[in-house]
Amino acid sequence: MILRRIFIANRGEIALRVIRTCERLGIETVLAVSAADRDSVAARRADQIVCIGAAPSAASYLNVAAVVGAARRSRADAIHPGYGFLSEQAPLAQGCEAAGLVFIGPTAAQLSAVGDKLSAREHALAAGLPVIPGGAAATASEAQALARSIGYPILIKAVAGGGGRGMQRVDLPADIDAAIDRSMAEAQAAFGDARVYLERYVAAGRHIEVQVLGDGERVLHLGTRDCSIQRRFQKLIEEAPAPDLAPDLRAAIESAAVAFAAHLKYRGLGTVEMLLDCERGSFHFLEMNARIQVEHPATEAICGLDLVAEQISVAEGRALRLRQEDVRCAGHAIECRINAEDWRNDFQPSPGRVRLARFAAGDGIRVDTHIEAGAEMPPFYDSLMAKLIVHGRDRAAAVHRLGLALRHCEISGVANTLSLHREIVGDAGFAAGGMRTSFLDGFLAARAAAAGTRA
Amino acid sequence: MELDDADVRAILQLLDASAFDELQVQTDRFKLILRRAEGAAWTRETRTLGTPRELPDLSPEARDASAVPASPAAPDARGAAQSHLIAVRSPLPGTFYRSPKPGAPPFVDEGSRVERDTVVAIVETMKLMNSVYAGTAGRIAEICVSDAKSVTPESVLMRIEPSPA
Repeated sequence: MILRRIFIANRGEIALRVIRTCERLGIETVLAVSAADRDSVAARRADQIVCIGAAPSAASYLNVAAVVGAARRSRADAIHPGYGFLSEQAPLAQGCEAAGLVFIGPTAAQLSAVGDKLSAREHALAAGLPVIPGGAAATASEAQALARSIGYPILIKAVAGGGGRGMQRVDLPADIDAAIDRSMAEAQAAFGDARVYLERYVAAGRHIEVQVLGDGERVLHLGTRDCSIQRRFQKLIEEAPAPDLAPDLRAAIESAAVAFAAHLKYRGLGTVEMLLDCERGSFHFLEMNARIQVEHPATEAICGLDLVAEQISVAEGRALRLRQEDVRCAGHAIECRINAEDWRNDFQPSPGRVRLARFAAGDGIRVDTHIEAGAEMPPFYDSLMAKLIVHGRDRAAAVHRLGLALRHCEISGVANTLSLHREIVGDAGFAAGGMRTSFLDGFLAARAAAAGTRA
Repeated sequence: MELDDADVRAILQLLDASAFDELQVQTDRFKLILRRAEGAAWTRETRTLGTPRELPDLSPEARDASAVPASPAAPDARGAAQSHLIAVRSPLPGTFYRSPKPGAPPFVDEGSRVERDTVVAIVETMKLMNSVYAGTAGRIAEICVSDAKSVTPESVLMRIEPSPA
C-alpha cells in the first residue's frame, strides 16, 4: 500500500526529520503534539497537528490509546513512532494493526523479542552471536551466586531496559545486595518491570553498533558506528564508520549483526549494538534497538541514503531496493549531541526559552534541530537540542571540520553542551580516535584536576 | 515547503562567489539569515513563521487532556501568616512527585519528622529524577502541591516547622 498521510507520534528534532522526508516524498503529515508543544517548530512545519494530551509524556506521547485514536480520526495511513516514547512498545504496533494502520517499524513479535533484553540474549545465542557472560538474577542470593561465578566487577541491567536506566556497576561482593535493590526500584519506576540481569563489566570496551535494514525476508547492513563517548551510559558523540578496527574484525561484527536480524526475519530499520572487549580482542552482542536512532544521520552521511525513506518503503510492503554490494560507504562522519545541560554543574538539565540559535552551514555540515530563537525547551522531555553532523573524506578531515563548525555555532538562553564539544574536539585522545567507553569520565576527571591545580 | 539543507548549500555556493556577507530571505512561512563568518565559513539562523493548523479532536482522551491545566502551580502566597515555617522550594522546573514510584508510599506526610538531608520529594526534569531535600530539621507542617503537578523553581512544595533534633 502507498502511504499518503503519516501520523508522527513524536516531537522535537526527530519529528522534523520525519516531516522533511515526507515533504520530499509528497506525503502529508499529521503531527501529534502535547499541550506543551502546540506552538513548537515541528507543529509549524507539519501539514496538520492534533493535540493528544497534557504536557507530561504519560498523558500524551506515551498514551497508546490517545495516539492510535488521534491517528485514526485524522485519517492517517500509518504511524511513524520516531525514537524513544512508544517506538519500541509492542502495544503500539498491536494497536495500529487493530485500527487498520501501518506501523512504521518491525512486527509486534519482533519488538517483544528484542525489548526484553534476556529474550534478546537468547535470540543472539540462537543466531550464533557471542554474548557477555551473565544471566538473570531474580533475587539477591541468585545475584550473589551468579556474580561470584562471573567475577567482579559486574554490571546490573534492567531486562526491560534502555537509556542507561537501572544500569549499575558493582565492584565488590559487599555492595551487590543494595545495588540490586536500587536497580530493581529504578527499573520498576522507569519501565514498570523490576526484573534485572547481570553481565561481566568490560572495563576496556568500545561501543560499536551496526545499522541494519530488513524487509522481512532479506537483511543488509549499512556499516558500523562507534558510540563509545558516553556519560552515564548516554551517548554524546557518535561516528561512522567505527575507526581503528581491523578489516576482519569489522567484517565479523557486520556479519554477526546481519545474522541476528536475519534470525528474527527482521522488518524495518534497526541497530544491533555490540561491545568490543579491547583487552580480549573479542566482541559481544549487547542489544538491538528496533527503531530509527538518534545517531542515524552519521550513517546517512557516509552511505548517502535517506533512512526514513527506506523505513517508509519497507512499511509500504516493498522489498529492499538495495543489495549489499550496492551499499557504498565513503568518508567519515561525526555527530555531536548538543543538549540543554549545564555540563560544568554535573550536567544539570537546563530547560527554558532559547534566545539565540546560530549554527554553522556549508559543505559537509548538517544540523538536525527543532531549536531556533524563541523556541522553548520544556522540562517534560529529554534535553536534546540539536545534532551537528559533519562529513569529511577521512576521520582527520571530519575532526577538522567539526572543530571549525563548533566555533561557528552559538546558542544562548539555556545552558548547553556546545562548549564541552569544543573542548573534546581539541583533545589529543579524541583526535587519535578509537576511544574507549571510559573516555569521557577520564576527560572530565582530568579537566577537573587541571582546574584544581590552577586554582 | 521550506528550504532544505541542499537548497541552503546551493545558495551558499552562489554567495561564496559574491561580494555579499549576509543574505536574509523571508516568506510567510520562514525566515533564513546566512552570514559570512571568518575563514570562508557561513552561519545560519532560521525562524519558522507558519501557524500550526490544528485538527479539532474531540476524542475522550483529548477532552481529558484539555481538562488538565498545564499551568505550573502558582507560587504560594500564604507564607506570610506562617512566617516561622520554612519553605521547601523546587530546585528545578519540572513535575513534582511525592513518592519514589507510582503506587509507592510517599516520602513524607504532614507531621513527618525530617532531617536536613531527608529526601521529601522528587522533581522530574528532562527525564531525570532530582531529589528534593528538606534542608531543615523539623516536622512537615504543610504539603502545598499535589502529586504529579508542574512546578517552577519559585514553587513552594512544602513548609517545615523547624525543630532541632
